[in-house]
Amino acid sequence: MTVGKDVSSLFTDVVNCMQTENLELKKLVYLYLINYAKSQPDLAILAVNTFVKDSQDPNPLIRALAVRTMGCIRVDKITEYLCDPLQRCLKDDDPYVRKTAAICVAKLYDINAELVEDRGFLDALKDLISDNNPMVVANAVAALAEIQENSSRPIFEITNHTLTKLLTALNECTEWGQVFILDALSKYKAADAREAENIVERVTPRLQHANCAVVLSAVKMILLQMELITSTDVVRNLCKKMAPPLVTLLSAEPEIQYVALRNINLIVQKRPTILAHEIKVFFCKYNDPIYVKMEKLEIMIKLASDRNIDQVLLEFKEYATEVDVDFVRKAVRAIGRCAIKLERAAERCISVLLELIKIKVNYVVQEAIIVIKDIFRRYPNTYESIIATLCESLDTLDEPEAKASMIWIIGEYAERIDNADELLESFLETFPEEPPQVQLQLLTATVKLFLKKPTEGPQQMIQVVLNNATVETDNPDLRDRAYIYWRLLSTDPEAAKDVVLAEKPVISDDSNQLDPSLLDELLANIATLSSVYHKPPDAFVTRVKTVQRTEEEDYPDGEGGNSESPAHVPGDAGASSNVPPSAVRPPAAAPAPVADLLDLMGMDGNNSAIVATDIPASPAGPPLPVLLAASAGQGLQISGQLIRRDGQIFYSMLFENSTQVPLDGFMIQFNKNSFGLTTGAPLQVPLLQPGTSASTLLPMVLSQNLSPGPPSTLLQIAVKNNQQPVWYFSDKIPLIVFFTEDGRMERSTFLETWKSLPDSNEISKDFPAVVLNSVETTLDRLATSNMFFIAKRKHSNQDVLYLSAKIPRGIPFLIELTTAVGTPGLKCAIKTPSPEMAPLFFEAVEGLFKS
Amino acid sequence: MPVAASAIYFLNLRGDVLINRLYRDDVGGNMVDAFRVHIMQTKELGTCPVRQIGGCSFFYMRISNVYIVIVVSSNANVACAFKFVVEAVTLFKSYFGGAFDEDAIRNNFVLIYELLDEIMDFGYPQNLSPEILKLYITQEGVRSPFSSKASDKPVPNATLQVTGAVGWRREGLVYKKNEVFLDIVESVNLLMSSKGSVLRCDVTGKILMKCFLSGMPDLKLGLNDKIGLEKESQLKSRPAKSGKTIELDDVTFHQCVNLTRFNSEKTVSFVPPDGEFELMKYRITEGVNLPFRVLPTIKELGRTRMEVNVKVKSVFGAKMFALGVVIKIPVPKQTAKTSFQVTSGRAKYSPSTDCLIWKIRKFPGQTEPTLSAEVELISTMTEKKSWTRPPIQMEFQVPMFTASGLRVRFLKVWEKSGYNTVEWVRYITKAGSYEIRC
Repeated sequence: MTVGKDVSSLFTDVVNCMQTENLELKKLVYLYLINYAKSQPDLAILAVNTFVKDSQDPNPLIRALAVRTMGCIRVDKITEYLCDPLQRCLKDDDPYVRKTAAICVAKLYDINAELVEDRGFLDALKDLISDNNPMVVANAVAALAEIQENSSRPIFEITNHTLTKLLTALNECTEWGQVFILDALSKYKAADAREAENIVERVTPRLQHANCAVVLSAVKMILLQMELITSTDVVRNLCKKMAPPLVTLLSAEPEIQYVALRNINLIVQKRPTILAHEIKVFFCKYNDPIYVKMEKLEIMIKLASDRNIDQVLLEFKEYATEVDVDFVRKAVRAIGRCAIKLERAAERCISVLLELIKIKVNYVVQEAIIVIKDIFRRYPNTYESIIATLCESLDTLDEPEAKASMIWIIGEYAERIDNADELLESFLETFPEEPPQVQLQLLTATVKLFLKKPTEGPQQMIQVVLNNATVETDNPDLRDRAYIYWRLLSTDPEAAKDVVLAEKPVISDDSNQLDPSLLDELLANIATLSSVYHKPPDAFVTRVKTVQRTEEEDYPDGEGGNSESPAHVPGDAGASSNVPPSAVRPPAAAPAPVADLLDLMGMDGNNSAIVATDIPASPAGPPLPVLLAASAGQGLQISGQLIRRDGQIFYSMLFENSTQVPLDGFMIQFNKNSFGLTTGAPLQVPLLQPGTSASTLLPMVLSQNLSPGPPSTLLQIAVKNNQQPVWYFSDKIPLIVFFTEDGRMERSTFLETWKSLPDSNEISKDFPAVVLNSVETTLDRLATSNMFFIAKRKHSNQDVLYLSAKIPRGIPFLIELTTAVGTPGLKCAIKTPSPEMAPLFFEAVEGLFKS
Repeated sequence: MPVAASAIYFLNLRGDVLINRLYRDDVGGNMVDAFRVHIMQTKELGTCPVRQIGGCSFFYMRISNVYIVIVVSSNANVACAFKFVVEAVTLFKSYFGGAFDEDAIRNNFVLIYELLDEIMDFGYPQNLSPEILKLYITQEGVRSPFSSKASDKPVPNATLQVTGAVGWRREGLVYKKNEVFLDIVESVNLLMSSKGSVLRCDVTGKILMKCFLSGMPDLKLGLNDKIGLEKESQLKSRPAKSGKTIELDDVTFHQCVNLTRFNSEKTVSFVPPDGEFELMKYRITEGVNLPFRVLPTIKELGRTRMEVNVKVKSVFGAKMFALGVVIKIPVPKQTAKTSFQVTSGRAKYSPSTDCLIWKIRKFPGQTEPTLSAEVELISTMTEKKSWTRPPIQMEFQVPMFTASGLRVRFLKVWEKSGYNTVEWVRYITKAGSYEIRC
């Protein structure tokens, strides 16, 4: 929004504008708060007063705006103050405010579920279902449905009474409100057929709505209720009513068409009659996007029947001559699938395939051979006459699957093909180079040939093959299969015949058919992502919010100290990379004297065990900031932070594997940066099993390879492993890690250096919110970060402290801190030969002062 | 869960974020980078509009030179999300004065932020109707410096209208002259085989309405469709008037139409929004009058020559005429030279699209102009594969003609004050995807 610039430093100034009368300006200030409150949680508290005031403004727009915005600020301190205004707004006179407050309850539940339950917001929300304004009702329903989804307790159960109320509200709602209500009602289980019919009757008018989301939600609801309806007439009638709206969805934007088609795919599997007569609308247009074409093709196969197969075949044939290779292949495969599905049409399908083979377009031929193999499996000993035609294209085959299919055909019908041995022999020459799929087929086909024609030629061939497939291969599958054949052939050739040439079970076209229980689950999710992916929701939605959150809340007090706290708040995983550690850390986990993160990580003697990498448990101490969220890393999450220990810089990193596969071969690389920071040793991360994590300390060194330009804290990192693509992410280099242990200066040297540097090298900055309560603890803390105390003097009621620090390449920092103990406000002035480092310095030390 | 979005991004074609809004906390602010790396910079772009990367799902749409990307991490309602994007774009267009592209976004940052805040809350779409939003989001889109500024005072009861039962019309409108304009716009979709048999044919029509009516009028629209007429004759217990009736396969209505009443009484009654809107959409597959027949013969004479003959027959009334007729006849890539003879209009060869473009500005009914062309090809050795012929495509507009035969029978307006209204009706038929295989 700010072209990538971090403008959080302007926080106080922006908050000052909050009380403006100008509504547009106020909205912008609020927007700023939503984005930056998290990075300045302490300052965000300054905004609370205005929020509370605005929530009582006479203008309902401002009241709603205040509540809406407060709900978006996920800072605990603000949340506490949100409760009272929210309570008021839920009972506001103005429906606009109420509908905003309803959603805000869902927001609050997402931040702090317990608070919502304790303060009775859930009951207030349930009351809103009876509100006289339909939009308030719709939003309340949406909020309740979401809360229910995230809670294991029954919160929002639709009774007969609410059902009637909601069905009435349906008529008056906005289009989106109708979607909320229909989606919520689809969870309702009707008691009997009569009730189901009543519900359906109230819902069917929605099929005429122009909004595709309303139509799909209505379809979902009707399909679910139809399960209960016993009268065949009613069911037939409903099917008839649903067809036209579904077809109409195909005249929407292509993206919406895609969603509709994926859903129609499911509906057709459940109730093929609905669209049985509408196959023509699924014919592909030349200009349809490829994803629409592919889905249409899939539905055409499902709808193909003896009645329409001629027309469908003509279409497929047309598609098989188009330009897009993937689409052409799918079209050819579709012909084969129709042949397998419709026995009476098989012959016509085959003749179309043969015509296509004659065009001699390489990929068409290969695809055709693959499907013909399946047709042979389905109808054994029926269409062998075409083998001769297939053999003509033998030389052009170069794809493993096509080659394997052709070899299977030769082996299976070896007795009918006069020169089967010659054909196979031609493949044998290249046996070692073939892909495993082809090797396996060659092996089987040769054995079949030998069993069918035990003459000299095949006998030699089988020896070559068995030799190749046992002694000279590394592929265990191939070797095992070859040994089994070998043993079989050498002990009892007759038994071998029974095994290898046994009759095969007949196949059917079940590709892309879903399991009935899965299908039902997906149908209950029509219009959602789940129905588009054809996967149940829990297969791709990973977070279960409230359960984990309450677990985490139990931790801090029970365990005490800085021990086990789960490494990451699941809900924050994606966003926390730009959150300072203090926001993530559970408050009780940090004992008072050990104040900042660096101390915990770097100085705590107990933590030396971190280096041991193979322990899956999360490391002690507060969680490291997430650098690569699991959501961005396809399940791999990387957290890390630069720390300084025993005079050396380390990168403390944590790798968590939540993918389905073990990950290994981790490597890391750093881009050129302003400090020449780079790895001092290879990254050592052991094989990561799914669900485990490993932490490591990576020693860092400073090289001469600096990036040009003004100094920046940006550290760009690339991590790769053997299973995933390379991940790129970035971190901030805290300047503190460079402060060397020899940074202490003698008083005289300090004075001389101070004087020798020109005044232009003096830079100062105010930290208005910083309060120092005790000079000693501050100095101790600074000393642990290698900022050394030199002198102190009193100036009126303020203390002036002088300190020194040094970073590599001998650049000193002379520091002057001015503050009054116990009152907010700290002025920090530094003098250094490299003034361009000053902003980095201030950024780094700010955290130290704060805590 | 009806949540539609956790975050929405607007990207330009290079992948730079123009503007974005996070609605929920469950997706990271940098998720759009994943979209850029895994979709925009790969061949994946355009292969599927819904994609999962890591734990997040991305839905994207391209509108002119802007990609609109929605990110979610839950089982969101995709239909809702896409519809939201479509509606939001309509809304932006109405604020910006027509255009929606990168420049329009750059010029209207503040306005877009304000709108995004209003039209979606926590991922749930709220009221998106431009008519109502303009009541209290009064920023003007940046158009021209001379456009007159609307009165600055927000309407005092704006919030009531947003949530009101008639959420699409504001109260207290006054027009000196009460007028309604009805446009019936039909687009014909045709797929015809080379032998002239119709493979697929349908008409998607919409009724666009422009209302300048005072107060809160109640409107009722009557068409010559079968169901409506039957119901009417039942109610009045007298036989339906003879005349052509149309069977509509499906109708969908603007949210202002009372669907329950349509279901029970088969009448289209509604309180219209002010200004222009799309009242209804319908689809017809039976009894479509095709305005044009195309009879192509394309002969390949050897490897370097081709003969193309195309006859186009207009089958609507002789007094009517079609406008802007364009016929695109595909030719192979290796076309070297073309020569034409046309009995009407102009033809030219367009090398960039590999087709002959034949344009006829005014095309009277009951005529059949022809084009005959000779095409010379460069002989190539590599071209083993035979030429796969794309279909002939056609564009046209025929005013005062409906391919479906649909007519407006009446439009009744009731308002308490009982004023008189003037109604204007126009019909026009356009080509949707009008394709003839050859």
